[in-house]
Amino acid sequence: MALEESHVRRAAHLARLAVSDDQASGFVDDLSRILDMVDQLQSLDTEGVAPLAHPLDATQRLRADEVTETNQRDTFQRCAPAVENGLYLVPRVVE
Amino acid sequence: MQWETVIGLEVHVQLATRSKIFSGASTAFGAEPNTQACAVDLGLPGVLPVLNEQAVAMAVQFGLAVHAEIPEVSVFDRKNYFYPDLPKGYQTSQMYHPIVGAGDVEITLDDNTTKRIRIHHAHLEEDAGKSLHEDFHGMTGIDLNRAGTPLLEIVSEPDMRSAKEAAAYLKAIHSIVTYLGISDGNMAEGSMRCDVNVSVRPKGQEAFGTRAEIKNVNSFRFVERAIAFEVERQIELIEDGGKVVQETRLFDPERDETRSMRTKEEANDYRYFPCPDLLPVVLDQAYLDHLRNQLPELPADKRARFQNELGLSAYDANVLSASREMAEFFEEVHRVCGDAKQAANWVQGELSGALNRENLSIQNSPVSAQQLGELIRRVLDDTINGKAAKQVFQALWNGQGESADAVIEAKGLKQVTDTGAIEAMIDQVIAESPAQVAQYRDSEPEKRGKMIGYFVGQVMKASRGTANPQQVNGLLKEKLDALL
Amino acid sequence: MHDKTVTQLAAALASGELSSRELTSHFLQRIEKADGQLNSFITVTAEQALSQAEAADKARADGKAGKLTGIPLALKDIFCTQGVKTSCGSKMLDNFLAPYDATVVEKLSAAGTISLGKTNMDEFAMGSSNENSHYGAVKNPWDLAAVPGGSSGGSAAAVAAGLVPAAMGTDTGGSIRQPAAFCGITGLKPTYGRVSRYGMIAYASSLDQAGPMARTAEDCAHLMNVIAGHDVRDSTSVARGVPDYTETLNAPLSGLKIGLPKEYFGDGLDPEVEKAVREAVKVYESLGATVREVSLPHTHYAIPAYYVIAPAEASSNLSRYDGVRFGHRCDAPTDLIDLYTRSRAEGFGEEVKRRILIGTHTLSEGFFDAYYTKAQKVRRLIRQDFLDAFEDVDVLMGPASPTPAFDLGAKKDPVSMYLQDIYTIAVNLAGIPGISVPAGFAGGRPVGLQILGTHFAEAQLLNVAHQFQQATDWHLQLPAFAEENA
Repeated sequence: MALEESHVRRAAHLARLAVSDDQASGFVDDLSRILDMVDQLQSLDTEGVAPLAHPLDATQRLRADEVTETNQRDTFQRCAPAVENGLYLVPRVVE
Repeated sequence: MQWETVIGLEVHVQLATRSKIFSGASTAFGAEPNTQACAVDLGLPGVLPVLNEQAVAMAVQFGLAVHAEIPEVSVFDRKNYFYPDLPKGYQTSQMYHPIVGAGDVEITLDDNTTKRIRIHHAHLEEDAGKSLHEDFHGMTGIDLNRAGTPLLEIVSEPDMRSAKEAAAYLKAIHSIVTYLGISDGNMAEGSMRCDVNVSVRPKGQEAFGTRAEIKNVNSFRFVERAIAFEVERQIELIEDGGKVVQETRLFDPERDETRSMRTKEEANDYRYFPCPDLLPVVLDQAYLDHLRNQLPELPADKRARFQNELGLSAYDANVLSASREMAEFFEEVHRVCGDAKQAANWVQGELSGALNRENLSIQNSPVSAQQLGELIRRVLDDTINGKAAKQVFQALWNGQGESADAVIEAKGLKQVTDTGAIEAMIDQVIAESPAQVAQYRDSEPEKRGKMIGYFVGQVMKASRGTANPQQVNGLLKEKLDALL
Repeated sequence: MHDKTVTQLAAALASGELSSRELTSHFLQRIEKADGQLNSFITVTAEQALSQAEAADKARADGKAGKLTGIPLALKDIFCTQGVKTSCGSKMLDNFLAPYDATVVEKLSAAGTISLGKTNMDEFAMGSSNENSHYGAVKNPWDLAAVPGGSSGGSAAAVAAGLVPAAMGTDTGGSIRQPAAFCGITGLKPTYGRVSRYGMIAYASSLDQAGPMARTAEDCAHLMNVIAGHDVRDSTSVARGVPDYTETLNAPLSGLKIGLPKEYFGDGLDPEVEKAVREAVKVYESLGATVREVSLPHTHYAIPAYYVIAPAEASSNLSRYDGVRFGHRCDAPTDLIDLYTRSRAEGFGEEVKRRILIGTHTLSEGFFDAYYTKAQKVRRLIRQDFLDAFEDVDVLMGPASPTPAFDLGAKKDPVSMYLQDIYTIAVNLAGIPGISVPAGFAGGRPVGLQILGTHFAEAQLLNVAHQFQQATDWHLQLPAFAEENA
C-alpha cells in the first residue's frame, strides 16, 4: 500500500504534530520504507486466525467501588504549564 | 406532501457510583475545580486504569431491565481525539464489543397506548471534563473533576416517529435508570444527556432521509422543542428544493432553534482500537443470574400490575409508576389504607397539588405515606368525612400533629353519626330558618332538591363539619317533607 | 567495590564490612568521575541517595535490614519518581517532576535499596541504540565509539562501567536484552504482567515490561524477588504467586531440553556472534543438557507485526502530551491547534514522531484492518510458534542480537535499525520471558546469549543462566573503562 504525502499530512493532523514541508517529504520517505517492510504481513495467510490483543489470555479484574483518592490538586498542578484558580488554562476554545 | 419524522436517541447516563470508572477518585458533584481529578483522571504519564465493578454491575442491570442480551465478553476500546477536556487524548469507550446488546423499552404515549422502542446497544465509557469559557484573559479554563465519571451510553434504533415519542422514550429511560438506582437522573446537573438524530422522509418511503445530530439536548422539554424545530427546518429546506446535510447541530434553548456547529474537525477519524491497558470483561451466567434476582420491579411491570391487579385506570397506573419514588409512596399509602383507588386519588390529587404548589418532590413530602394512608383509612371507616379529611391533611402538611388520628382528636373532627344528635341540630336549623322553610314549602317539588343544600350547609356548619353528610341529607329531607 | 555483584555487596553490608553510606558515596564518585564520557545518567540524585543510605544504615543498626537494604541502584528514566525529574529521554518531559512513585520504585525503596539516579534512554523507549535521547547518545564502556544498545542503554552502560551494581530497565521489543548483550551484562525481561507497569511511562502497553539489569543472573533473581508480583493498580499485572527466584538458582541442568530455533541462526547473523553462542550451547551440553533444533516459522513476521502494533499503541499513549497538564508547552500559542501541534512538534524527537505518524496512519480509516487487525492475527501465530516449541523443549537459546554493538551513527536508516531486534521482538509479542547473559566477544565487543522460556518461567531462566555463570566467567569481565575510572 503506497504511502502518499497526503497520508502523512492527514496523520500529522490527526496526531496534532506540526510538520513543515521539508519534514513532510522526509517522513514520506521513512514511513514508506517502514510500511514496505510492514507489508510483508500481507503475504501471510491469516484466514481463521483470531486477533490477539494481549499476550496472556487473562480477563479484567474489577475494583471495588470505593473512593481511595484524596485531593492532590496542588501537587499535580505544580507540573502544569498554566493554571489559574485551580483550572488548567488553554487558548480560548470556540464552540 | 406528507412527511414522516424518524428519530433515534443516544442517551448518556451518568452512573451513580461513588468512585470513577477507572480510578478511586470521587464522583461527587460540585467540588472545587480539579480537586477530584486524581493522577489517573489527569492521564499523568505512567498511570493505568482499573475498572470499577459497580459500573459493570449497573450497566448489566440496565441491560437486564431492557431485556437485552448481555454478551459473555465485552471489550474497552480507545476513541482517539484531541480536546482539552479529554486528558489522555482518547476516551476509553466500547466500540466493537459493548457490555449490553440489543434490547427494547416500552413507552407510553399521551393516549395511554404503548409502543416498543428497540435499543441497539448500550456501552460503558468515561465522561470528559468541563471547559469553562468565562474570561481567563482570553483563555479557557479546564476542570477535570468530571473526567472519568462512568457513563452508560444507550443507543436506540431509529424507531421514534414524533417529538412526543422521543420525549416519552427519554422519560422511560429516565424512569428505568432511577428505578434501578443506577443514576440519579438529574438532567440539570448533567446526569442524563441526550443526542438526538433526526431525519424526515415522505410518508410511505422506506429509505431514511439524511439525518442531523442534535447535541446535548438536556431536558425532556428541550427534546420536544429541538425536534420540533429541526423537523420543521428540514421539511422547509427540502420543500424549498434544498438538501439536508449530515451534520452536528446544537440546540439553543434561548432562541428555540438548532444551529450548525462549526465542524470540530473536517473529518473525524477516531481510530478506535482495543485499549491495551484493560483486559476483556468476562461475565458468567451466575453473575447475570445474581443481578437478575436483585432487580426491582420495573416501571412497565408496575404499570401493568397497577392496572391489572389494583384495578387502576391506564392513566393512573402510568402516572403512579412514572418514578420509583412516586410508585413506592403510592404503594405504601395503599398498603396502609387498603384501597388502591382512594390511595391513587389522594396521591395524585391532594398530595400532588400541594407538592406542586410548594415545588417539592415526593421524597420531601411533609406528609408521609404512612400518615396519608391512615388518613384515608379514617375516611373509609367513616371516622371523618371528606371535608374533615382535607382539614386533617392540611394539618399534617403543616406539621400540626403526628398522625391523622391525633389531628382528628385534637381538632374534634370525628364524624357525628349519632342520629339523635344530628336530628337535634336539624331541628335547631329549621327553627332558626323560618323564611327558608317557607320558601321550601312553597316551591315546586322538583326545585326543592336544590334548596335542601342551604339546610345541609347550615347543619354542617353547626356540626363544625363533623356531621356525616349522607345522614344529614337523608334526615333533613324527611323532616322538611314532614312540614309540607 | 565496583566489580562486585549485588549479592557480594549485600553480604558485605550484612557483615558490617561496609556501610551503605560508603558504598553509595563510592558509586556516586564513580558516576561523577566517569559519566561525563558515558552519558549514562540523565539525573543523579546524590543528596537523596546519601540520605537514603544513612536511613538504610540506621535500619540495619536497628536490626530491620532486608536482603537488599543499602544496595545502590539506578532507574531507567521511564519510571516515575516522586519529586524527581522523570524525562523518559524526551524534551517533552524535561520539566516533569513526577508527582508520584511507580510501583516498581515503591517496591525497591520499601526493600531499602538506594536510587542513585535516572538513567539515559531512547526517547519514550523508542530505539535500539540510545541515540534517540534528547539528552544525547550514551557510549558503550567496552568501546566508546560503539552504542550501548537501547532503549535501556543508560542502565546497561552504567552497570557495565561499574557506576552502579544494578539498574532497572524496560523491554518492549528487546530494550533490556539487547543493551545487556551489547554491554556484557545480564538482563531479564520477565513475562508480560509479571511486574507492574504502574508508573512506568507507556510506550506500547501490551508489550512493555520492566526488568532487572545486573552483572549476574543471581543479582537479577534478588531484584525480581522485590519487583515481581500483582499490582492492584495495573489491570494487566498477573495475580499469581511469586516464587523465591534465588531458591532454584542451583538446580542441576541435567536433562534440560534446549531448543535452537533455526530462524535465529540464519542470514545476517555475525559469524563471531554465532560462534560464541554455539560455544555457550556446548557449555550447557557439558552440564547435562540436550540440544535440538526447533523452528519458529513466523519469526520473520515479528518485526513487521511489531511495527504496526507498537506504533499504534504509542500513537495513542503519547496523545496525553498536549501541553495542557504537564510537559512541554510552546511559547505563546495563538489557538488550541497551535498549542497542540507546536508543543508536540517541539517536544518530540524524530523517531517518536515517525512512530506516532506510522501508528496514526495504520489505525486510521481504511487502513485499520489491513494493518492493525492483520498484525494482531500474526501476533497470535507468533505466540503459537513459541507455545508449540515449548511443548518439546524447556528453553530456547540463540543470540540476543545478530551483531555485537555497532558504531555510533552507523545506522541512519530507521528500517535497518529496526532489523537489529529480529531475535528479541517476537518475545514481547508472545509475552514470554527472556534473559540475555554474557557469552563472549565478537571483535572485542560483548556477545549476549539469549535464553527464552514459556510464560512465567523466570525462575527456570535464572537457574539456567546462573548455572552458565557458574561454569563461565564472561559475566565477570569488566571493560578497561571501568578500571581506568576506578
